[in-house]
Amino acid sequence: MVDVTVQTPPVETRAVRLRHFWSDYRRSWVAVLALAIITTLVLASFGAPFLVPQNPYDLAQLDWADAFLRPGQTGSGGYVHLLGTDNAGRDMLSAILYGLRTSFVIGITAGILALILGISIGLTAAYFGGRIEALLMRIVDLQLSMPAILLALVMAAMLGQGVPQIVLALVVAQYAYFARTTHGAASVERRKDYIEAARSTPLPTRRILFKHLLPNVLPPLIVVATVQVASAISLEATLSFLGVGLPLTEPSLGSLISNGFKYIHAGRSWLSIYPGIFLMVTVVAINLVGDQVRTVIDPRNSR
Amino acid sequence: MTAALEVKGLTTRFETRAGHVTAVNGVSFAVQPGRILGLVGESGSGKSVTGFSILGLIDAPGQVTAGAVLVDGIDLRQLSDDDLRKMRGSKVAMVFQDPMMTLNPVLRVGDQMVMAVRVHRAMSKSQALDHARKALEIVGIPSPAERLRAYPHQLSGGMRQRVAIAMALLHSPSVIIADEATTALDVSIQGQILAEVRDLADTTGAAIVWITHDLAVVSSLADDICVMYAGRIVERGTADQVIGHPRHPYTQGLLDSIPALHEPGQKLPQIPGSTPQLSRLPQGCAFRPRCPRATDLCRTDPPLDIRDEQAVLCHHPLERK
Amino acid sequence: MTDPILKIDAVSKRFTRMPGLAERMIGKFTGGGKPVVVHALSDVSLQVMKGEVLGVVGESGCGKSTLGRVVAGIHAPSSGSVTLNGQPIADQRGGNIHKRTTQVQMIHQDPFASLNPRMKVGETLAEGPRHHDIIPARDVQARIRELLEQVGLEGAYADRLPHQFSGGQRQRVAIARALAMQPEVLVLDEAVASLDVSIQAQVLNLFMDLRRDLGLTAMFISHDLSVVRHVCDRVAIMYLGRLVELAPADRLYADPRHPYTRALFASVPTVGTGRGRFETIKGEIPSPIDPPSGCAFHPRCPFAGPRCLVQVPELGALGQGRTVACHLNDGGVELQKGAA
Repeated sequence: MVDVTVQTPPVETRAVRLRHFWSDYRRSWVAVLALAIITTLVLASFGAPFLVPQNPYDLAQLDWADAFLRPGQTGSGGYVHLLGTDNAGRDMLSAILYGLRTSFVIGITAGILALILGISIGLTAAYFGGRIEALLMRIVDLQLSMPAILLALVMAAMLGQGVPQIVLALVVAQYAYFARTTHGAASVERRKDYIEAARSTPLPTRRILFKHLLPNVLPPLIVVATVQVASAISLEATLSFLGVGLPLTEPSLGSLISNGFKYIHAGRSWLSIYPGIFLMVTVVAINLVGDQVRTVIDPRNSR
Repeated sequence: MTAALEVKGLTTRFETRAGHVTAVNGVSFAVQPGRILGLVGESGSGKSVTGFSILGLIDAPGQVTAGAVLVDGIDLRQLSDDDLRKMRGSKVAMVFQDPMMTLNPVLRVGDQMVMAVRVHRAMSKSQALDHARKALEIVGIPSPAERLRAYPHQLSGGMRQRVAIAMALLHSPSVIIADEATTALDVSIQGQILAEVRDLADTTGAAIVWITHDLAVVSSLADDICVMYAGRIVERGTADQVIGHPRHPYTQGLLDSIPALHEPGQKLPQIPGSTPQLSRLPQGCAFRPRCPRATDLCRTDPPLDIRDEQAVLCHHPLERK
Repeated sequence: MTDPILKIDAVSKRFTRMPGLAERMIGKFTGGGKPVVVHALSDVSLQVMKGEVLGVVGESGCGKSTLGRVVAGIHAPSSGSVTLNGQPIADQRGGNIHKRTTQVQMIHQDPFASLNPRMKVGETLAEGPRHHDIIPARDVQARIRELLEQVGLEGAYADRLPHQFSGGQRQRVAIARALAMQPEVLVLDEAVASLDVSIQAQVLNLFMDLRRDLGLTAMFISHDLSVVRHVCDRVAIMYLGRLVELAPADRLYADPRHPYTRALFASVPTVGTGRGRFETIKGEIPSPIDPPSGCAFHPRCPFAGPRCLVQVPELGALGQGRTVACHLNDGGVELQKGAA
């Protein structure tokens, strides 16, 4: 009934979009390097049992005779301790990679849980508005006005040591960033015509929230999530360094630094410095990746 | 009489993922002092990019790759950045669709106009303020002294656009380029501004390039009309020629699709298809796939056919009735 | 074509913006910080007949879009009622609007904003009918193809995302989405305003075809007088939240009666009337936050008299299905005894 020849729209598959994303991403070689570092660190830490000579959790594998070996020295196990050993004869490289694994698990789990909690609060506030919005966002604002480390410290002190406790402390300390970002993005999207169209169809609220609003506020959140994972890792390290995080029997980067700190004036600086370098490189690299993703997905920079 | 603005072979290219895209392709036209040229086209035709290219306001990934822009005989493309900046705002001015592109939201209208005056001219503050008030009077702003003390957000959309036009007028420019300057305004306000603009050209002798998608606006405002399609000017002539006796099938199609020219309820003659993507232009004449008169000949570049100063880029132009 | 299907009865809509805490505190000293009330609609009554296309025309601030949103169940009226076949379209429940009917569907102005950018076009079309059981689940896919073809697109486009379509194509998708709900009344809010001229003609033709084939009833909201004349049977002219003139399209265009309608017609540039002819309305459009007393048009009206400053003109019948709200048509603009 309609005699129009309509030009075929260009086909754009997910693969094509991914390729475009990558071609934009790699325009910064620093970001590419950062991504390579992160990938290596993730693979190395999760593959640690197969890569390093020692399981630092297994006290049977530790030998007091190997304590305080300098980097490069060979220990009783007959292999070279590339980064030296600690006061208990732990191979530092093994301890660092196992510790990094713990840090990643904690950081990513806390990041995802905080993301989910933050999205729920932000979306609810933005969509319903009125008193609910005022109440939820005031709580969030109140929390954002306090330093996250303070909140995490109080929570960790209350909950005690252990991985689940730390994760919980980090989620409480961090969800507010996600809630704020979600609320900001959702408040903008909510006013757009496609939400109005869905409301006037009418579609049920749950569908509008999760099928229409959520997918459109997700991109900026992914960037925040990357950065928050980095921040969770350093928060966890801080807590462990201050002694309210993980015990040395479950090494994380923070507890390793903390342990080594005792000997730093005794000329055994490698105990603190190497875990410190790994922590710094990890956090900086994640932030660089996050920044580049933010640049690439920003519509103002699209070509 | 020499032209106030003469554009010769202007070409602007953008680098995109899909390769080079020629947004403006060998555009040439001239505007005499006191005349208004309407530059008409649909979205993606390159009309706005032409305006920006004339002023040298194209940023990466775009680049003006060829052509000359002569204002009072001076080629803007040969000027240094500094000299070009001096020309902009004094000899050549631009009015945008959104007046807030020109106006600073945190400064009073008077203060920013005074600043704009004194950038190019040595004048005392009170002289400059006086000058600004006169400019506001020219564009028909009531109680201009009061408006000078207002912040942009305290003015209505129409009033803001008038202030933006007044700012363009401050240095009595030879050329004013207006890009969709009344598109966002209500018809009654648009009518007022169009009347002021017509008056402006007649009294100050400024040459005006009025860029718009609205054929009705140019037909009642402009002396000459250029129709753009896919980066090229496909038809050029006086307003009476182009509106009264269009020779390019595209111009004819555009005019035919205006509802006002047909009996209510009648099916409108329509141009089939949609505007082509610049990255995937057909060979030869870009309008070929949508053109009722297209033949195999149209796969080659169309020739420029000039009759009575009405130029048309077409293998099969319509004959004048 | 004589029974009213949609009744808008004395509808008013006020938007109140409460000042924030800081504004209220500063307001204590400066005398500001009070709630701002926008009178978007004031006492508007209209009826739309079955099979009719009613045009609603006016400039910004006239309330035409608000009227469309009230009819589409996005806003609830502050007072008055909107009924479809005698049933209210939406309820106000606390702070939320609950729409009760699927029989009124809306088409928005900007097809780049009105489609969810992250939802495939097929899903956009399917979700409404699926949720409301308008189409049996097993027929949904076939029906979507049919709808896409009905609006001049290919059925295979169902798997594409909105950004892969041009503006005109997206507006076709938006039309298909509305049609999928099998509505009795369509509300088109500036539905062709953001399209290029050549594409606008295509979409107008599509609308006229669909109207003929499906017997659509529609409210066609637009600022474009020539588009409205082309597709509408009757036209309502609005100014600052009030209806000022209502007439069959042919009579209105041949002989506008309200001074505002006349001035509006005169200020529209048209193709082929020659250049340099602008008859303009003097003055600015007043703000709906603080509308002028009496007839809202009086500060800009060349015929305004003392009565227009104090008394709001009522809509009066002129015969031939025409009504107009102007004192010129009910005894002149001079103050009459007892009138004020």
